[in-house]
Amino acid sequence: MAKSNEFDVIIIGGGITGAGTARDCAMRGLKVLLIERHDIATGASGRNHGLLHSGARYAVTDQESATECIEENMILRRIASHCVDETDGFFITLPEDDLDYQAKFVESCRSAGIRADIIDPEEARRLEPSVNPDIIGAVRVPDGSVDPFRLCAANMLDAKLHGAKVLVHTEVTEILKEGDRVLGVRTLDHVTGEKSEWYAPVTINAGGIWGHGIAEMAGVQVGMFPAKGALLIFAHRVNNIVINRCRKPANADILVPGDTVCIIGTTSTRVPYEECDNMKVTPEEVDLLLTEGAKLAPALATTRILRAYAGVRPLVSADNDPTGRNISRGIVCLDHEERDGLKGFITITGGKLMTYRLMAEKATDVACRKLGVDRHCATALTPLPGSELGGFEETIKKIWTMPATTYQKATAFRTGSSAKDIEKGVGLVCECEEVSSGEVDYAIRNLEVHSLTDLRRRTRVGMGTCQGELCACRAAGMLAASHGCAERARKDMREFMNERWKGSRPIAWGDTLRECEFTNWIYNHVLGL
Amino acid sequence: MTLQEITGSAHNFEECMKCTVCTAYCPVVPVNPRYPGPKQAGPDGERLRLKNPEFFDEALKYCLNCKRCEVVCPSGVNVADIIQEARIRYSQSKPKLRDKILASTDTMGSLARPFAPVVNGVLSLGVTKAMMDGVLAVDKHRTFPKYSSESFEGWFKRKAKAAQDAFKEKVAYFHGCYVNYNYPQLGKDFVKVMNALGIGVELLDKEKCCGVAMISNGMSKAAAKNAAINSGAISKVVEKGLRVLTTSSTCTFTMRDEYPELLHIDNAAWKNSLLLATRFIYEAVDSGRKKLIFKDSYKARIAYHTPCHLEKLGWGVFSTRLLKMIPGVEFTLLDSACCGIAGTYGFKKENYEASQAIGKALFEDIASVAPDVVACDCETCKWQIEMSTGYKVMNPVSILAEALDTELTAEANRS
Repeated sequence: MAKSNEFDVIIIGGGITGAGTARDCAMRGLKVLLIERHDIATGASGRNHGLLHSGARYAVTDQESATECIEENMILRRIASHCVDETDGFFITLPEDDLDYQAKFVESCRSAGIRADIIDPEEARRLEPSVNPDIIGAVRVPDGSVDPFRLCAANMLDAKLHGAKVLVHTEVTEILKEGDRVLGVRTLDHVTGEKSEWYAPVTINAGGIWGHGIAEMAGVQVGMFPAKGALLIFAHRVNNIVINRCRKPANADILVPGDTVCIIGTTSTRVPYEECDNMKVTPEEVDLLLTEGAKLAPALATTRILRAYAGVRPLVSADNDPTGRNISRGIVCLDHEERDGLKGFITITGGKLMTYRLMAEKATDVACRKLGVDRHCATALTPLPGSELGGFEETIKKIWTMPATTYQKATAFRTGSSAKDIEKGVGLVCECEEVSSGEVDYAIRNLEVHSLTDLRRRTRVGMGTCQGELCACRAAGMLAASHGCAERARKDMREFMNERWKGSRPIAWGDTLRECEFTNWIYNHVLGL
Repeated sequence: MTLQEITGSAHNFEECMKCTVCTAYCPVVPVNPRYPGPKQAGPDGERLRLKNPEFFDEALKYCLNCKRCEVVCPSGVNVADIIQEARIRYSQSKPKLRDKILASTDTMGSLARPFAPVVNGVLSLGVTKAMMDGVLAVDKHRTFPKYSSESFEGWFKRKAKAAQDAFKEKVAYFHGCYVNYNYPQLGKDFVKVMNALGIGVELLDKEKCCGVAMISNGMSKAAAKNAAINSGAISKVVEKGLRVLTTSSTCTFTMRDEYPELLHIDNAAWKNSLLLATRFIYEAVDSGRKKLIFKDSYKARIAYHTPCHLEKLGWGVFSTRLLKMIPGVEFTLLDSACCGIAGTYGFKKENYEASQAIGKALFEDIASVAPDVVACDCETCKWQIEMSTGYKVMNPVSILAEALDTELTAEANRS
């Protein structure tokens, strides 16, 4: 029998690519270890638009990516219905844009297999009242929104249900090698301080932009191009249909409704690799996002902003494009044995949130080939945990015979069919997002939650209008009860509130500033932190 | 300029700071655990409803629309408007026959008036109450206000109209359904007081129920129809330079604030010309323009209850100051608390217990003061307090009519 630290495959990186690869490998019967330095979905996986791309955005410039997007789009609607909101999207033409581009755009969409219908501007205004009333053209495409945190958590959960072991808050400190073969990894557990060694014939580098450093650790080079993208979150859904600009991809030209909020983005600037761990949004970026955003939906100019944040796209270097806008979003799967003569090491990178499943499939195919396993990928056909009962409305009808309460509906919106396993709880933890104590308890027990920030990613606790003002102390109490250390919970709460402030600071004016001040009274003056 | 004016958007709910003072002050929250409270039902719920209308919660019907949440909100959020708008926009439940009957004060009044003695007799029978309780779910503890055999409008035409021509100064009177069908005496008292002040009264060309009961029973379209008719009739007299006075705080509040906010009827042209009679009289006396001379013999211990909608208007002060002007009055201002009836709300069987639990503090307060009479500007508060405490409730205008020496007052205002 294999030792407890021996696996078939080790996956480094708990973003969507790593979680998806862990699921695929585990479903194909491999013994899987997934290692994540922080929490799942902390990197680019959790720092994006949450756009369920139809592929239309890339249709003109990158047909391959566009085709991948629409195929995966249709798959995710089936397998991840509880993470997907089927909103559709508009590509609008403003008076300053070239309307001739529309014809080229529609033709490119259709050749990539993307449904694209030109609709009357009047009809567009009726369907989406928030859209800029000055539009001179609109094309409707099957865009949508996808919750990346939920998607990541569901993939991780399914991997675990298929026997995978998941280590979060555990950093790979060394790639263990013997000659030209990678044997495994050495890790440091950031919670316990414990150092361990893990072995597997195949190690997959799914570290996103940080895969650059992981590859270096293994002694190979993957030329990454870190492109920072900044985004703003507004306090409620201004739009219910995704709004894009019908022109060559540029800054701040996508507005996505996601859960209770909407998100405008992005910018694109090359940043040094060393800065990838600490992204800050500048006032210039905020200005640009607001100015350009208000062109999509004028109401954004007067809507309360909740946060500003930035992620780093894991683009793979191609040419001397200073912004990275022209680099393909295509998938890069490197078998380092073929490429560099390093056995047992695979890098899966490039791609996008949309194509994570396909990336996982490609990486798993290579791993299976190396391991001599002949099993086909089934991830495109098997619903993720939570998506078994279909969409939101169907799910609530199937779970509860009586009309569901608001928090039950909110739980079902987030967790899909898993809501049936969630205890009633004694009350609400997060009032803005209607997260019950039962849902928090479920997340703590099943979804690898070690801190308030982890909890936020699983449940939306602290993501609402008050940004933790009312819920952080309640949730900290529940975490303290689970791990039994009040001091650790207090420290966690301080870090959580500081992290919330980091996101509020670049946009701290008006109501947001009032809310911050009120939060400050509560935490500093009432609770005495 | 306030921060709200600078940052304010169409989405007033975003100004909520989550301080929760609205929920702390909501009279329903402590007595009905099924009601999520104004913060959850209002600004918090609105975000969820914008994400998916499935998040509309039928429990929003438990809101009294007393507007106390709006009075206490330090951020100026129109909490109750958000809740009522959500009910109008999303509620799937259609008004029941019972709700339609309760809400159609105008129609029921016109139907019942000619047969008033019979209708009143039948409505007060135990067996009728039991049947209405069982069949219509109108609580058996409630007694419908009695219908009058002659409407106020009828009386006015027959007895008062001609005399009004003698006055140079005029006001228009929006009497409301209660005065017209149930209690013309209040209207008569109003005319008496106005005439004593040297002011003639005219009625609107067309007057419909203000619509408050329709709004709260999910019949906003019917309410908007009435609102449009009233708005037209009021505009017409306001254009002539008249003010429109009322003797019901709820009709006043509905027409001033709910018409534009909930029914989207623009009333900017006449909003500030529509006043509760007590405010008009107080201001006229306070500025020295008019004089009030009271009977020496009038003595009463009066306890004043501020109706929720008057609290929201911020006009309770006019009624209380006016009553305090009466030399023979020993005045007590009751603690601000909702009586629990909220128009038709308390008539519904499912709300009876909550309604009485909400009013309990007020009833106890009244009992401890033990006044000769309770004064109040709202007719539904009057029914609730009379039924629940046994104390007599009078509109301040009726008290004035009783306490004024009309001849001396008329003389003082003639010169």
